[in-house]
Amino acid sequence: MIKRKIINNIVLALSTLSALIGLFFLFWILWTLVSKGLDAMSMKIFIYDTAPPGREESGLRNAIVGQLILVGVASAIGIPLGILAGTYLSEYGKNSKFANFIRDISDIMMSAPSIVIGAFVYAILVAPVGHFNGWAGAVALAIMMVPIVLRTTDDMLNLVPQQLREAAYALGAPKYKVIIQIVYRGAKVGVITGILLSIARIAGETAPLLFTSFNNNFFTTNLNEAMPSLTVTMFNFATSPYEDWINLGWAAAFILGVFVLSVNILGRLIIKKRKVK
Amino acid sequence: MATICKIKDELEIDIKNLSFYYAKSDKPSLKNISMPIAKNRVTALIGPSGCGKSTLLRTLNRIHDLYPGNRYEGEVIFEGRNILDKNIDLIDLRVKIGMIFQKPTPFPMSIFDNVAYGLRLQGIKNRSELEGRVEEALKGAALWNEVKDRLKEDGNALSGGQQQRLCIARAVAVKPKVLLFDEPTSALDPISTQAIEELVIELKKDMTIVIVTHNMQQAARISDYTAFMYLGELVELGVTEEFFVNPKERLSEEYITGKFG
Repeated sequence: MIKRKIINNIVLALSTLSALIGLFFLFWILWTLVSKGLDAMSMKIFIYDTAPPGREESGLRNAIVGQLILVGVASAIGIPLGILAGTYLSEYGKNSKFANFIRDISDIMMSAPSIVIGAFVYAILVAPVGHFNGWAGAVALAIMMVPIVLRTTDDMLNLVPQQLREAAYALGAPKYKVIIQIVYRGAKVGVITGILLSIARIAGETAPLLFTSFNNNFFTTNLNEAMPSLTVTMFNFATSPYEDWINLGWAAAFILGVFVLSVNILGRLIIKKRKVK
Repeated sequence: MATICKIKDELEIDIKNLSFYYAKSDKPSLKNISMPIAKNRVTALIGPSGCGKSTLLRTLNRIHDLYPGNRYEGEVIFEGRNILDKNIDLIDLRVKIGMIFQKPTPFPMSIFDNVAYGLRLQGIKNRSELEGRVEEALKGAALWNEVKDRLKEDGNALSGGQQQRLCIARAVAVKPKVLLFDEPTSALDPISTQAIEELVIELKKDMTIVIVTHNMQQAARISDYTAFMYLGELVELGVTEEFFVNPKERLSEEYITGKFG
């Protein structure tokens, strides 16, 4: 009796302690990010491009714009592919061997090291062209997005009750209308959440960009050139010995953190709103 | 062979030697069923779970075709044609033979759009025509007074019984000749059930109704003909009043008196 209570208390204490340690590090990271990041933030960040160390007119404008372009183009490629493939799995392939094979491959791709995807894209889109380019970076990010969007789309469409589909067919609806008007509508919230989470997931990736879009100290919107991004800039600047670069690295980390956090929170708010309903 | 009463009414559907096999099954789920369905009457399908009554109902609008591998044998004559024929236009068939499911299935859209769904599928775009037909259908489903001020609200915001009447309105809106009900009240409370039963009796003025029910009292209350099925076979089709008082088959009698099922 007493022994049981003692064991109970020990386990409770240990698990609480572990949770506290985890939280401690999480808040430490956040605190460092916010304090150092906010210190480094100024209007200059948004006005000037990255510059050699020691220059007054130095900011992150090119990296921010480059990051947005890379994520935007990656989304434009990855989201439609992921949604269409997910639709195939849920509405056409169902439990066929081929569909399950795609599901397995997609799960493997989700856990593939992102640097491997970067190396692959280097081989097919950078090496043949002879120079780093924005397209390659966007494609590498898109490849990371597809399995995430595909799986959430598949899962969310599967949650739409079969009876709802039957009811639409029973009114004389053709299959494509059932999918677009009934199934998509029923799964809308879940699919959008999956998309947002996939954007948050790729926005913070550095490894796939290192050998693809690489970096660029100049402002560019041309995807045929090497393209700057917050993540690669952060990597370069934070590991440099120059104090002003290191500060810019913190600013980049802060901006990226805020972006990913807001996309995540938006996704969670949408889920919550649906549950309340 | 099943005992089949004389049908004095005009026939809407004539089922002849129908057998049905689910995918990957050699055993038929419906065995050689022959059964007339009278026009503008309510025919109830009763029987214990797994007897094939829902399977039979789902044959009549060929909703089984959504799942590959299912196969039919025999004939189901409707409008002078065998609807099991490969060349039958399923979309056209399902417009003429509508279906109401066990659980209410409102689409994730407004009440108005739910009822207008089938009409829009038919290419009706004119706003005033749509509004007229939606109102007519909602009145036909005895739902108009409850929802006329909230047509833009989500169909899922309605109560279960209202949702089921919404689905009936949606099916009625396209003016089908036949309406199939698959245990439409089994998920509803008694008051909603009564409303649906009254509606079914009202609807038979305009269409033929086939209803699957596991509730014998319900069959007795609302149907004109009752078909009793057992293990995939039709045992007896009778005029409802006679069937429940004086069934011709021993199996029917045992089922009605609660000896099994």
